[in-house]
Amino acid sequence: MTPRKDLLDIASLTDEEIAFVLDNAVPFKDLFKRSVKKVPTLKGRTMLTLFYEPSTRTRSSFEVAASRLSADVTHFDIESSSVVKGESVLDTVETLEAMRVDYIVVRHKQSGTPNLIARNTRASVINAGDGWHAHPTQALLDAFTLREIHKDLRGCRALIVGDIQHSRVARSTSLMFRRLGMNVAYLAPGSMMPREVPQEIPQFGNWRDAFDWKPDVIYLLRVQSERLDEPFFPTAAEYHKNYGLTNERVEILRERGLHLMHPGPVNRGVEITDTGMNYEKCLINQQVENGIAVRMSVLYWLRPGAVE
Amino acid sequence: MPEFVRTLLTKAQMAEGVAALAKNICDANQGAESLALVGIFTRGVPLATRIAAEIEKLGCTKVFVGTIDLTQYRDDLNTFQMVPKLEGSDIAFDLDGLNVVLCDEVIFTGRSVRAALEELLNFGRPQRVQLAVLVDRCGREFPVQPDFSALKVTLAAGERVAVRFEEVDGQDSCTVQTQASPR
Repeated sequence: MTPRKDLLDIASLTDEEIAFVLDNAVPFKDLFKRSVKKVPTLKGRTMLTLFYEPSTRTRSSFEVAASRLSADVTHFDIESSSVVKGESVLDTVETLEAMRVDYIVVRHKQSGTPNLIARNTRASVINAGDGWHAHPTQALLDAFTLREIHKDLRGCRALIVGDIQHSRVARSTSLMFRRLGMNVAYLAPGSMMPREVPQEIPQFGNWRDAFDWKPDVIYLLRVQSERLDEPFFPTAAEYHKNYGLTNERVEILRERGLHLMHPGPVNRGVEITDTGMNYEKCLINQQVENGIAVRMSVLYWLRPGAVE
Repeated sequence: MPEFVRTLLTKAQMAEGVAALAKNICDANQGAESLALVGIFTRGVPLATRIAAEIEKLGCTKVFVGTIDLTQYRDDLNTFQMVPKLEGSDIAFDLDGLNVVLCDEVIFTGRSVRAALEELLNFGRPQRVQLAVLVDRCGREFPVQPDFSALKVTLAAGERVAVRFEEVDGQDSCTVQTQASPR
């Protein structure tokens, strides 16, 4: 496989590149079973996380992935940096360029910021989420997790539920699933359904119709807490009743043997209940574990300084 | 650029070499309750499998077989034009206390063996580690020597030993390839 400098979205990846990342994540995951979970692949390289938005699992997942590949890991602390004094993104990148880091993992509320950074540094830039645009490693880890269950994903049906309009996860994961031959449908309140949905994606406004579509996997999106006060739905309780995975709906999943996914962190009692979290086919923990293997695979594939 | 190829071992001689390796490994490990043969990916793997089969024929001891992929240990990955696909190591048995024989088709610089030792020790703490190769050629860059070899040769710098196994390459052969100098 030809090396690539940056990973910015799913749309620009070829099928061959997607397969390469997913296939190589398998031996990386095998490392986790050993007492020594480390290989020297990226020894002497440095990965820096640059998160302009808060993150719990994505940042630590990248840090664990890089550590297991023996890279040095450092975090650029936005809160105590010159960014709060008004330093621009490009000024920050210039500083990082002088530090000669090899990988920059970026999260930013503004769509396109990782692309801007990538054009201005020799380091490999990985988009860890930008605005409503993309979250490519989440999509890759979701696909990897489903591939562990269904070897061939073609024809498999995923129902994506929640705030699709504002979700970079929905955007990337939906595209990823379709690239792998899956059928995707959306279930969302009208206020959270995107205006322009590709024709091949059925849209549902209630669970009954969505269940009639016979999905194999339910992918719940996180209701972003900052939106709870916005007028996309009346209350959290109302959202849960109409679009959340209530205990009764968990029973339907159980009867039909459906798998359950969520990018985390979950809002218990909003998009999912405690019972849903304990559902035997809930893949949330596998998604977290697989996230490390997939990100190791991405770091292995990318080549800092490579010509794009 | 044209290449000159000469045979180093015939197919029959390769088979004899494998049998001799098995015999010598058995003799050197008399009394061991079990042995583990770990092949270095790619062509160390069929070599390990064949030696294990010969050892089982001799009935000397129980043999486990595993594989080691060194791609993640290469210190020159960054220079590759293509990123190699990983196979992953597969050692599905407990290494602690075992006598392990690393197997590779050729030893040259010794770098692969050094990396293989590093990877092997991530799986456990063997009692003893030995090295078996089909061909030992000169040119070591690391202080690593084989315990067992079927053939030892001294070759010029521009010459390359190419061992092929039916399981991987569709045929058994062991040749020396020499690149002709441009006029």
